[in-house]
Amino acid sequence: MSTGDGATPGTATLGRRTPGLVPVTETMRTSERRAPEPPPAAAPEPPEPAARAMGAFWRLLGSELGLTFRRPRNLVMLAVLAMVPVVVGVALRAFGSGDDDMSGIVQDVAGNSLMLTFVSFSFLVLLLMPVAVSVVAGDSIAGEAGGGTLRYLLAAPAGRTRLLAVKYLNAAVYAYAVTAVVALSALVTGLILFPAGDVTLLSGTTISLGDGLLRIAVAVAYVGAGMAALAAVAVALSTFTEVPIGAIAGTMVLVIVCQVLRAIPELAVITPYLLPTWFTNFDAVLRAPIDMGALGEGLLAFGAYIVLFGSIAWARFSGKDITS
Amino acid sequence: MTTVTQEAGAPFGAAPPSGDAAIVTRGLTKRFKGGQVAVDALDLTVPRGSVFGFLGPNGSGKTTTIRMLLGLVAPTEGEYSVLGLPLGRALPKVGAVVEGPAFYPYLSGAANLMRFDAADPTARRATAARRIADALERVGLSAAAGKRYRNYSLGMRQRLAIAAALLGPRELLVLDEPTNGLDPQGTREVRALVKEIAADGTTVFVSSHLLAEVEQMCTHAAIMRTGRLVAEGTIASLNGGVVTRIRVETPDPAGAARVLTGLGLADVRAEGREVTAELGGHAPERINAALVGEDVAVRGLAVVRPSLEDVFVGLTGEGFDVDG
Repeated sequence: MSTGDGATPGTATLGRRTPGLVPVTETMRTSERRAPEPPPAAAPEPPEPAARAMGAFWRLLGSELGLTFRRPRNLVMLAVLAMVPVVVGVALRAFGSGDDDMSGIVQDVAGNSLMLTFVSFSFLVLLLMPVAVSVVAGDSIAGEAGGGTLRYLLAAPAGRTRLLAVKYLNAAVYAYAVTAVVALSALVTGLILFPAGDVTLLSGTTISLGDGLLRIAVAVAYVGAGMAALAAVAVALSTFTEVPIGAIAGTMVLVIVCQVLRAIPELAVITPYLLPTWFTNFDAVLRAPIDMGALGEGLLAFGAYIVLFGSIAWARFSGKDITS
Repeated sequence: MTTVTQEAGAPFGAAPPSGDAAIVTRGLTKRFKGGQVAVDALDLTVPRGSVFGFLGPNGSGKTTTIRMLLGLVAPTEGEYSVLGLPLGRALPKVGAVVEGPAFYPYLSGAANLMRFDAADPTARRATAARRIADALERVGLSAAAGKRYRNYSLGMRQRLAIAAALLGPRELLVLDEPTNGLDPQGTREVRALVKEIAADGTTVFVSSHLLAEVEQMCTHAAIMRTGRLVAEGTIASLNGGVVTRIRVETPDPAGAARVLTGLGLADVRAEGREVTAELGGHAPERINAALVGEDVAVRGLAVVRPSLEDVFVGLTGEGFDVDG
């Protein structure tokens, strides 16, 4: 039942054939099960230049990013995440020095400033970063529906596919922002508290500081992709409810259930299918050379999750009756 | 142009500039999942240039119809056309207030309008500030443009919703209960605004459960009851269904009744000190002269024109505010 998105090509073709009238039964057939597609605003409109449609798309994305990055709640989450590497760094510095039985991690960090980034990621990537990402992504559609603004956005008309694409891209940008903030905070804290210089990897190889920074960039790209995959799950849940906290809590429950399942050895066969399994693969950058296989597998899993949950979100949202 | 020809009574007031209608629905039906039929085989024609009152008690299917016209809810059966265009191309030319205002509480009035303007792919960023200022000016909110929506009064919120509907050049304005929550002063202002907008040639489709309001503002009206259309036409033609009566207040009802009957008036009824009769083609001043000539003391004389309420009662045999 997707007559809602009047901008889909099916409807428009129909509009040309039978001017003015939009037979419902036909629209259902032609556009109900279409795969996710780029913003359709440009597709059927005859004279509207594609550049203009793209400009309008970026304008809406800009508006969305403006809302997200000005909203105090979202900024507080970023600030809290930025605090964690500082706390970890200070704790390691305070309790780590002079202690003879330092664990591997503490030794690594104490030995080189860059290692704090990886330690921070391993602390945050399984719970706190997913919380921040699911708050923004889970709120995306459900928050607008709950506040009633969704009906005005769609009547504007934002276009359903276009709005969903903007909402997802916005969540993905926030996911990368979360990752970058953690990395940056850890890097700065590390450089202040611990010696900079060549980095000794897990495999014992030593690399230069520049190479180390490059590897941090690769880790940020990878972890960000993982968070963006989680955002796809949260956006999909967000299309099923008008209560944002429901979509947020739902995503968190999924993350936690996955951790529990991973902890059960008998269920080892299913762990490759669980999204959080792949979050920690960023440590592949600490091998020499970088374990591209592990990163590639992880990215493949993230891509699969984005496609799967993106499709679910699109199928649900494009045909949904907006009654809020 | 559209193949749908205009029906309904002869247009009243502003004549439609072209032969097509602003809104046409044929057999439009919405059955919700629970099996409840909100709108049942609705055939509606809204002539261009009209101020069309969409009447009905709460729960009669007005809002569901409006949601279908705006593409928020998919019809179960039937077809509809807005401005003779595919919905995606029609909506940028439609301004809408649906079921009350809904905005972002943490944004100012102007920022809220900027947000909804960004959602419209045909709106230009370059002219946005100008258009927003104009729209706010038009509803008298210029002074509160920078104030957060959270701190707006109900009346200001309603005005902001109307301002959002006026952001661009509109050919059709859909206003769902636009005077809800407004004080008498605000109600008058909205009525004046609607008349002003209609004078520019914009078609206005306004839903209301207040009969008197529609009677004052509209050229055409349709009446809904439990999802069905019970009447449609110009206000004049709707009122034509119920006859105009004359009412005489007198201490001598028997004498007055005799005179009225003598003059050939039909359906003479005496109740207490009031005598009423169908006016027919008689001039009220002649009736008064005849009464005085026959020495019947006249304390009051009034021509009672039928209101939409009488039309509604005549059509359904029920009070208007009785919910089905």
